[in-house]
Amino acid sequence: MKALRKLMDKAKPLFSPGGSLEKLQSVYDGFESFLFTPNTTSQSGVNVHDGNDLKRTMITVIVALLPCLFFGMYNIGLQHFIAIGTPDVSAWSMFVYGLLALLPVIVVSYAVGLGIEFIGAQIHHKEIQEGFLVTGLLIPLIVPINTPLWMTAVATAFAVIFAKEVFGGTGMNIFNVALITRAFLFFAYPSKMSGDEAFVKLDSALGYGGGTVADGFSGATPLGQVATNVGDTLSASLDTMQAFLGTIPGSPGETSMVAILIGAAILLFTGVASWRVMCSVFVGGFAMAALAHALPSSTYPASLLDPCAQLCYGGFAFAAVFMATDPVTGARTKTGQYIYGFLIGVIAILIRVYNSGYPEGAMLAILLMNAFAPLIDYCVVQRNVKRRLARLNANSQKGGHENE
Amino acid sequence: MATINLKKGYNLDLVGKIAHNDVAEAPNAELYAIVPDDFYGIIPRLEVAVGDHVDAGQALCHHRDDENLKITAPVSGTVKEIRRGARRKIEAIVIAPDTEQTAKSFDVKLPPVQLLAQSGLLAMIRQRPYDIVPNPNVAPRDIFVTCFDSAPLAPSLMLVLGDNKRYLQAGINALASITAGKIYLGLDEDLDTGLTGVEINVFKGPHPAGNVGVQIANVKPVNKGDVVWTLDVITLARIGKLVTEGVVDFSTVVALTGELVTTPCYLSTTMGAQLTSLISGKLVGGDTQKRIISGNVLTGTPVAADGFLRAPYRHITVIPENAHPDEFMGWASLSPKRFSIYRLFTSWLTGNRNVRLDARLNGGERAIVMAGEYDRMLPMDIYGEFLIKAIIAFDIDKMEQLGIYEVAPEDFALAEFADTSKLELQHIVRSGLDKMRKEMA
Repeated sequence: MKALRKLMDKAKPLFSPGGSLEKLQSVYDGFESFLFTPNTTSQSGVNVHDGNDLKRTMITVIVALLPCLFFGMYNIGLQHFIAIGTPDVSAWSMFVYGLLALLPVIVVSYAVGLGIEFIGAQIHHKEIQEGFLVTGLLIPLIVPINTPLWMTAVATAFAVIFAKEVFGGTGMNIFNVALITRAFLFFAYPSKMSGDEAFVKLDSALGYGGGTVADGFSGATPLGQVATNVGDTLSASLDTMQAFLGTIPGSPGETSMVAILIGAAILLFTGVASWRVMCSVFVGGFAMAALAHALPSSTYPASLLDPCAQLCYGGFAFAAVFMATDPVTGARTKTGQYIYGFLIGVIAILIRVYNSGYPEGAMLAILLMNAFAPLIDYCVVQRNVKRRLARLNANSQKGGHENE
Repeated sequence: MATINLKKGYNLDLVGKIAHNDVAEAPNAELYAIVPDDFYGIIPRLEVAVGDHVDAGQALCHHRDDENLKITAPVSGTVKEIRRGARRKIEAIVIAPDTEQTAKSFDVKLPPVQLLAQSGLLAMIRQRPYDIVPNPNVAPRDIFVTCFDSAPLAPSLMLVLGDNKRYLQAGINALASITAGKIYLGLDEDLDTGLTGVEINVFKGPHPAGNVGVQIANVKPVNKGDVVWTLDVITLARIGKLVTEGVVDFSTVVALTGELVTTPCYLSTTMGAQLTSLISGKLVGGDTQKRIISGNVLTGTPVAADGFLRAPYRHITVIPENAHPDEFMGWASLSPKRFSIYRLFTSWLTGNRNVRLDARLNGGERAIVMAGEYDRMLPMDIYGEFLIKAIIAFDIDKMEQLGIYEVAPEDFALAEFADTSKLELQHIVRSGLDKMRKEMA
């Protein structure tokens, strides 16, 4: 490590103001603090600090995302080989195909997002911040695999600039950046974002795999099939167990409940995510799904799904665990977190069931509640303010009597 | 008597605890100094010049706005130096002590407030709001006395108090004549104190239970317009001694603690003593850069090895400045030695006992990202994070609504320690209090 330290020290003057690479100073600083814990010691205030920092926090979220990422890769391959009619290739081949299919998306997401963050940091002469580490991995996991790379790049750039940098960067954004990316794609290029062709990749991934679609194959997601259901009973052959395991078409990260639950366990155990938000999203979703299921209607076929299946299908669980729990865009008071999470769950299922335009509602529910989170917090904090005011009034009245 | 259970907070279990409660006599220091910054709120105007002789208890300076409010000399001797910083700010008044100590005696028949102001003991009391030395002309609503220090490695105040316990009742009686309200004592265990004229509350729970601000918040919070005085039990005993015997007792017992102390121990000395008399030959670690803190690791002030004991004159902690320079990818560390109160690192596996900490920030300053971190460390009915944001935005109405009158910087020290975003919360709170004071003046 000493050699590396020497190398970094040697390169430092180049990146300092006046050096030939001064325009890349924030890149250097970011890289240096990535490699070596800064030697800065506290100059005022407390003399000791906790070992945790935002880097560790963000890395922990990435670790929690890894099961979803790896399963997503496998499932991309699985769906591909089922679609082209050769479902008996080895699991390893499936994983390799998925890896090759997803890797370009990950690279594009990080390259575009981090590139913009570095430029922003350099303009403001600030240290590069960690926020995009998680966002950059969330984006490939929630964008349908068949989305053209340039679309992902445009959407990522839009989200990072207009949902994050203009608000002041990490910690300042109002809306979840990854979901803004998804929403941008959803509304700008709707034809690529839903329907039967979006979620199963047919052509080769970097020269690997590829083929023509087998007869009778439909790449529709379970929720897509449900949305087009006619009649009082569900005609589509749906298997909740499959959805629980994740071997169904869908966005790469969202299909496997098992992988998501492993991630949830990591986030909750380390305390990175708020259990209040996470649990109340599931409670809210279950409550709304149960209500819809109690009043089934053929006009709204998703109401025919039983509540447990509702929670397993689509992006609901992924959104509950990884998106709703974003502390920056969510409610920050304890009471607020219960309300915020519950309403996300309710609205997600509400949109899913009663708005035939959108088979999935988790994304819109979270973005909507992102907008309302400050209001929820305001109301909760206002109760504290009123309590304080009441105390003051009670006190001054009492004081007044004493003076009489 | 009421028992109040506090759940929020954290007990930082550092290495360098004192094993035996014996108090050793420290050698006399060569120099003593008083630092006006320790008496926040007083703008000092000198009453002495270099070369003057002072008695113990004689005024060194007074408050610009109130001549009667004095800061006094802890020892008798000659004023050796008046250290000044930028813009001629008085940083320290250094006294070379006499071999034969003489003390100024005060007229015990004076009203207690005057006695306190002139003897320098009022300067050791704080008021809420603003966490400043109180104005002697404003009678406090109530007076709160904390009888224990819950900070990491802190001394037992009852031990520091020693025989001076016998002055407590006199101190209480003197304070009772100052306030129309009550005098509250905060204890950490159910003791039979035998004191009358006080209301005793027992606080169970982790640090910051010993912070007097936390005790106020859970007994009778400060409202807008209220003034409350706060002090510790040692100052209370000094007041008692002053009103009975007419002299100020500047002697104190200091807990010498921390990882780099050979044998952590209690030492008896005098306020403002030069640290060399307390620490020389008692530290380990050879040439490693040490951080010598006058006070505890959370609220104490870093001082030089030849610096002076600073208020509240009862604690010294010595830790390494940087125990692990150029730590490679520390954020990825799996070592249980990297301490964190969060379960993001593996230190929780060891039970977080006997922790070694250095002065590094362990990360860069960021915007507030994680929710609820401050509230976890603040056992008060206050939304810490929202208050901090109101202060940063300098929104006076919001600060008032969210309870700025109830807090002092020290109440946020633990939150500052635990903050993932490494913000200087105590500094922020202090700047908020200063701005409020200016606005309301």
